[in-house]
Amino acid sequence: MKHHLVLRVVAKLLIPLILLFALYVQFHGDYGPGGGFQAGVIFGAGFILYALVFGVDTATAVARPPVVRVCVALGLLLFSGVGVVSLLLGGRYLDYSVLADDPVRGQHLGILLIELGVGITVAAVMVTIFFAFAGRERA
Amino acid sequence: MQWLGLYNYWIVIFLMMAGFYVVISRSNLVKKIVGLNLFQTSVFILYISMSKVQGGTAPILKEGFAVYSNPLPHVLILTAIVVGVATTALGLALVVRIKEAYGTVEEDEIHNKDESL
Amino acid sequence: MLLSFLATTAIAVVVLRDLFAVVMLFGIYSLLTASIFLVLDAVDVAFTEAAVGAGISTVLMLATLALTARTEKKPRQWSPLPLVVVMITGATLIYGTLDMPRYGDPSAAIHQHVAPRYINESPHETGIPNIVTSVLASYRGYDTLGEVAVIFTAGVGVMVLLGAGTRSRKKKGEKS
Repeated sequence: MKHHLVLRVVAKLLIPLILLFALYVQFHGDYGPGGGFQAGVIFGAGFILYALVFGVDTATAVARPPVVRVCVALGLLLFSGVGVVSLLLGGRYLDYSVLADDPVRGQHLGILLIELGVGITVAAVMVTIFFAFAGRERA
Repeated sequence: MQWLGLYNYWIVIFLMMAGFYVVISRSNLVKKIVGLNLFQTSVFILYISMSKVQGGTAPILKEGFAVYSNPLPHVLILTAIVVGVATTALGLALVVRIKEAYGTVEEDEIHNKDESL
Repeated sequence: MLLSFLATTAIAVVVLRDLFAVVMLFGIYSLLTASIFLVLDAVDVAFTEAAVGAGISTVLMLATLALTARTEKKPRQWSPLPLVVVMITGATLIYGTLDMPRYGDPSAAIHQHVAPRYINESPHETGIPNIVTSVLASYRGYDTLGEVAVIFTAGVGVMVLLGAGTRSRKKKGEKS
C-alpha cells in the first residue's frame, strides 16, 4: 500500500472529521437538518473508508465484529427500552412526555435517546454488512 | 402552461419505467438490483415532489418564515432510504451466495443448471 | 434541468453492459437525486441520500462486483415484449398523472390534513425546531421503531447469508 501515500494521509486527516461530523449531526438533529439515520450512515461510512484505505484487518482490530454485533442489537433495545420506561412511568408506549417533570423537556429527552438508538443500530448494521462482504472477498 | 406543473411526475414515471425495463428484460442479477434501485429512487422523487409548496422553505422552524414544505413525506422517505440500502445489501448478499452455489449470476444459465439436475 | 440530467443518467444505466460503469453512474445518479431533494426543500432527505446513495450503496455494489462478474453477458435474442409492457404501463401512469395536483400547489390534498397540525403544534408540544425530527421521533415513533427493526433484520440476514466477517474467513482457511 506504499503507493497510496496521498490517499492514506488524506484519509487520516478526514476520518476524525467525518466521525466528529457524524456526532454533530446526531446531537444537533433537533435544531438543524440531521438525526439518527443520517448520523448512523455517516459514522458507518467513516469506518468503511478506514477499512478501504488501511485494510479490513486493521479495521476489525478497531471495531471488533462481536462488539459491532452487540451494538446492532443495543440500538434497537435502547429505542424499545425508552418505550418501556415511558410505559412504566404511567404514560403510553413511546409517549415521552412522562420522562421528565415537564412534558416539553420529556419530549426532548425522549427524542434524543431514541435518535441515539437509531444512530447506533444504523451505524453498526452498515459496518457489519461491509465486513460481511469484505470478509468474503478474501476467501 | 398548466401541463408544466406535471413535468416532475413525468420524469418520475420515466425513471420508474427505466427501472422496470431493466428488471424484466435483463438476466444479470446485479443489473436487476440496480434496476430495482432506480425504481425505488423514482418513488422517493415522487413523494418529495408532492411535498413541495410554492414559496415554502425547508421544514425547520425559524422566525420570519411562514410557509413550510410538508414535513410528513420527508419523514417517510428519510427512513425509506436507509431501509432501502439495508434491503439492497440483503439482495446483494443473496446474489453473492447464488454466484458461489451456481458459478454464475445470469438468470438463464441458473435456470439451465436447475433443469439439467 | 436536474431532472433531465437524471433521465440521461438513467438511460446510460439501462444501456451500458459494463457493470463497473453502471455502478459508478448509479453513484452519480444518487448524487443528482440528492441535489434535487435539496432544491425541493427536503434537506434531511438530501443529506441521507448523499451519504447512502453516493457512499455506502456504491461501495457495497462494488464489493459484489468483485465477488461476481464485471460485465454483463450479451443477451441471446432481443425481444420486444418487455419494451411493449413498459410502454403500456408508462402510458397508463402518465394518464393517471393528469388528475394530480400541479407541482407546488399549496391547496393540494396532501397539504390539508395532518401537515398543518405538525407545523403549528410541534413547537409547543416538543420544543424542537426541526419538524422532520419531531415527527420522525415523536409523532411517528412506532413507525420509526418498525423501520429500525427492519434495518436490524436486514443486518442479521446479511450476517446469516455471508457469515459475520472473521468467523467465515477462518472456516474458509481450514477448508483450503
